[in-house]
Amino acid sequence: MNRTVLLVLLLAAPALADESRFALKDGEGKQLVEGNCVMCHSLDYIPMNSVFLDRKGWEASVSKMVKVMGAPIGEQDAAAIVDYLATNYGK
Amino acid sequence: MSIDRRTFLFTGAAGLAAAAVRPLQGLAGDPVLGPADLPGGALESSSLEALSGKVPLIKKTWRPPNFETPVSYFDQAFTPNDAFFVRYHVADIPEILPQDWRLRIGGEGLDKPFELTLAQLRSEFEAVEVNALCQCSGNRRGLSRPHVPGVQWGYGAMGNARWKGVRLKDVLARGGIRKEAMEIVCDGADAGVLAKTPDFVKSIPVWKAMEDHVLLAYEMNGEALPHWNGYPVRLVVAGWTATYWIKHVTAIDAVTQPFKGFWMAPAYRIPKGKFPVVDRFLTQETDTSTPITEMVVNSLITNLHQGQRFAANQTVEVRGVAWDGGFGIATVEVTQDGGRSWRLAHLGPDLGRFSWRQWRYLMPAARPGAYAVMAKAINRIGASQTFELNFNPAGYHNNVMQRIDIQVG
Repeated sequence: MNRTVLLVLLLAAPALADESRFALKDGEGKQLVEGNCVMCHSLDYIPMNSVFLDRKGWEASVSKMVKVMGAPIGEQDAAAIVDYLATNYGK
Repeated sequence: MSIDRRTFLFTGAAGLAAAAVRPLQGLAGDPVLGPADLPGGALESSSLEALSGKVPLIKKTWRPPNFETPVSYFDQAFTPNDAFFVRYHVADIPEILPQDWRLRIGGEGLDKPFELTLAQLRSEFEAVEVNALCQCSGNRRGLSRPHVPGVQWGYGAMGNARWKGVRLKDVLARGGIRKEAMEIVCDGADAGVLAKTPDFVKSIPVWKAMEDHVLLAYEMNGEALPHWNGYPVRLVVAGWTATYWIKHVTAIDAVTQPFKGFWMAPAYRIPKGKFPVVDRFLTQETDTSTPITEMVVNSLITNLHQGQRFAANQTVEVRGVAWDGGFGIATVEVTQDGGRSWRLAHLGPDLGRFSWRQWRYLMPAARPGAYAVMAKAINRIGASQTFELNFNPAGYHNNVMQRIDIQVG
């Protein structure tokens, strides 16, 4: 898994340079979000979907990423990610 | 751009003071990036950025790349390839060399599976052309109230092009399609980063695949497809929303059972009976939902922006485009008083029933004041745009009449 992710990140290097110009709000759990979500998508997906989701809405989004999209994120980390999103990008 | 924005802010403020019909919405919006009706975070996180081979477009997300065409590009019959919107669901998007590309055609609903090179596809089947609008199912999702999650598109997840390619039915005929074939499944070269991520694969009913205007297209507006729009070959399902227009096509399968995949269900579904659509994808229907099919009737004003200011005692030309799922546009009406009275717009040349139709209206604007300009398209089967949003949880089929408030005098 890690090797695949690394390979894709290397291939996508120019796009990553562009997308890394964007930074999430500082807050508890930010590093978890950065460490996990960028495996599959740029972080601008998060502010784009703000501010209109409540905690339940962000829970549903994170759950979809894990259960449908196959993100390898454990329950504890997923809960911390939801906390960060609901606190910083939730209504 | 910066001049536009300053002008806009200035006139927006002036317009607000004079607004007679209702408060202007444009103050926090942007004439290029999108209207204030978009979620605040969507507007703030968007910017004009250029992908390789593209002019600067409205960047919604970098990866997977989702880039929207600014409305000003729609003020012409065909959308330039380098300004055509970009939409992907998964982030691993290989660049394909023409000599390496192979199309595999098979499935249990076909007698003889076979493969084609790009040279074979181009030389061994009759070439045909169709003018067709390619519009994302979720175009205008960002204007949904309440807001719903997803790419927060404004007005520009669409483009009109002249597509050239070969008929899908001709390609299928070479393999001998069986009478028990139910759906045609189409896959492209793009894939998820993780093996577990559902690959973006879509099916269409066999009856749809047999229509003359469903193509495997290798040209767009007289040139090879841009990489970001599906090079070397994409499916064109004229009339239907762009979710079925698979890019970088690599595999086509005729199947005898309903195709199951995340992108068919639960994704890209509309509540059954909610929209006045004609085409039904019966083998995929459930009791409550059905796959999105043809585009609903819609229009867009392409030459005005919210809060724009004009001198009095002149006419203001209002221009735009109107489209539907292939029945054809019958009339476009324009109002300058927020919908109290309507006048017929002049329709431009008919470029085919799957193309959008340009229109224009010379609006008398002698009296100084606020004008609430709206357009309404009606198609040849009598379907019209809506005043109120036909809300659905995925934000599809938004054909609410757009409203632009301008200031005269």
